[in-house]
Amino acid sequence: MLLAMQGAVSQGILWGVMVLGVFITYKLLDIADLTCDGSLALGGCVCAILVVQYGCNPWLAIGAGALAGVVAGAVTGLLHTLFSIPAILAGILTQISLWSINLRIMGKSNVPLLKHETVFSAISAATGLPQTTITIVVGTAFAVAIVAGLYWFFGTEIGSALRATGNNEDMSRALGINTSFTKMVALMVSNGLVGLSGALICQSQKYADIGMGTGAIIIGLAAIVIGEVLGRLTPGKLRSFSSRLIAAVVGSIVYFLIRAIVLQLGMDANDMKLLSACIVAVALAVPVVWERYQLRRSYARGGEA
Amino acid sequence: MLTLTNVRKAFNRGTVNEKVALDGLNLHLDKGDFVTVIGGNGAGKSTMLNMIAGVYPLDSGTVTLDGKDISRLSEHARAAHLGRVFQDPMRGTAADMQIDENLALARRRGQRRTLRWGITRAEREEYREALSTLGLGLESRLSDKVGLLSGGQRQAITLLMATLKEPDLLLLDEHTAALDPKTAAKVLQITQQIVDESGLTTIMVTHNMHDAIRLGNRLVMMADGRVIYDVRGEEKARLHRADLMAKFEEAAGEEFANDRMLLG
Ligand SMILES: Nc1ncnc2c1ncn2[C@@H]1O[C@H](COP(=O)(O)OP(=O)(O)OP(=O)(O)O)[C@@H](O)[C@H]1O
Ligand SMILES: [Mg+2]
Repeated sequence: MLLAMQGAVSQGILWGVMVLGVFITYKLLDIADLTCDGSLALGGCVCAILVVQYGCNPWLAIGAGALAGVVAGAVTGLLHTLFSIPAILAGILTQISLWSINLRIMGKSNVPLLKHETVFSAISAATGLPQTTITIVVGTAFAVAIVAGLYWFFGTEIGSALRATGNNEDMSRALGINTSFTKMVALMVSNGLVGLSGALICQSQKYADIGMGTGAIIIGLAAIVIGEVLGRLTPGKLRSFSSRLIAAVVGSIVYFLIRAIVLQLGMDANDMKLLSACIVAVALAVPVVWERYQLRRSYARGGEA
Repeated sequence: MLTLTNVRKAFNRGTVNEKVALDGLNLHLDKGDFVTVIGGNGAGKSTMLNMIAGVYPLDSGTVTLDGKDISRLSEHARAAHLGRVFQDPMRGTAADMQIDENLALARRRGQRRTLRWGITRAEREEYREALSTLGLGLESRLSDKVGLLSGGQRQAITLLMATLKEPDLLLLDEHTAALDPKTAAKVLQITQQIVDESGLTTIMVTHNMHDAIRLGNRLVMMADGRVIYDVRGEEKARLHRADLMAKFEEAAGEEFANDRMLLG
């Protein structure tokens, strides 16, 4: 049980990197970017094939996975900004093409890394610590570095322009912001993180699979929602930007802990997607219903007066 | 300074819903002109401002600013020269960003955005001072989200944002129409204060004839996508509402009876 929990935490952290990517598009740009399912698998596939077939250094392979994600984001960005294809549809188009591309890259639907060195096994061999611990440490290091990087980036002029684009596009253009450019940057950074996450996951689970990204967007949204709820429950309300980023990663960890628990309770792993979808749907529905309820109550009060 | 030559714009071209919004519009502004624009609903006032700002491409004609043809420039490229305030207070500011962050975005209008910090400590002081000139007590709320403010407060901030980096031309599209009379008067007073201070060249669309006569050095009336009346200086100062009503009647015939101008 403890082992399962430890595994869940490490998984949650590695997927947390992806959640940060989804956070950029969903929370800052206000786009549900479906590229993510494809770019997560892309990051994993590229990483696996580089390690297995080309004997590439596992660190470099992770970088390559991230870079591949950036390219995938750029494709969605171009479809959306250059040809005005709605963002959701542009994401779906890229996601679908990535399925075929990923199969081409790997040549088959699953590539195991069993005998190959990964960043985790390398550090584990060097320090003598168990791999689960190393995964948590390395994953945390990545997550911390990325949160710090994002915190810096979104404080810069370009980063602020990007937040403004997601907030009010008319205003942004009137203030001279090239919104096509900012959207491109957001999609590229976001999918770069998703690709990076895919590469890390691939090395930690020691295989890449064509289906490893399926439903990633839902996991991302569920984690963000869980993080937000946890943030709201914390005394200080945690509204600052850095705490929102941290909450997203924590949300991811909690998501995988919940998952591990319900699996322990005997739920089928395949039902997890249904559960995730329900979490997201409920989280999106609750504020709307609540507002309607408040409205009706205030009408009722108005009627009495 | 600004010259519109034969500007034509039709929406839904080639369909049954085709609507000619600007029909060979000509207008020339000198530096320092403060032009008020009036005209019935659908006269093409907003479309004219949108053509200047590059919101939509124009069908034909040219827009030149300071001798430079800007007709083909994108909206964000033209923004370097233009300050804009919209009718809808929600449109001019980013609700989820802080007041100072909004101002910092506006201050960098037309500037290359880099990886330097989006806002500096020195700037904040500057914004505090600028906000205090509005007299709305916003100088103490620099890190409040703009979404928490009222429509009038947001509109005043948008006005400040439009002029923080001095524009070559200020475009105001019924920017007080969504405000209650008292707030509208306050925002108009701030407008005049800002425009007078730096002698900004300004186009202000309004449905309020009294304001149109009272403010600015020039008045333009539009109908059916064209300028039908253009007065300035002394002649404008002597204008009365009755004169404008007569002009309206002449241009719009019976239709004007239903027009929202009557309420102005
Ligand atoms: N985006 C658009 N699509 C289609 N038609 C449009 C569009 N924008 C404006 N029009 C049409 O162009 C004409 C001119 O509209 P415009 O908004 O410029 O009028 P206006 O003078 O600003 O009127 P108002 O006083 O109501 O603001 C109207 O008939 C309008 O229906
Ligand atoms: Mg209008």
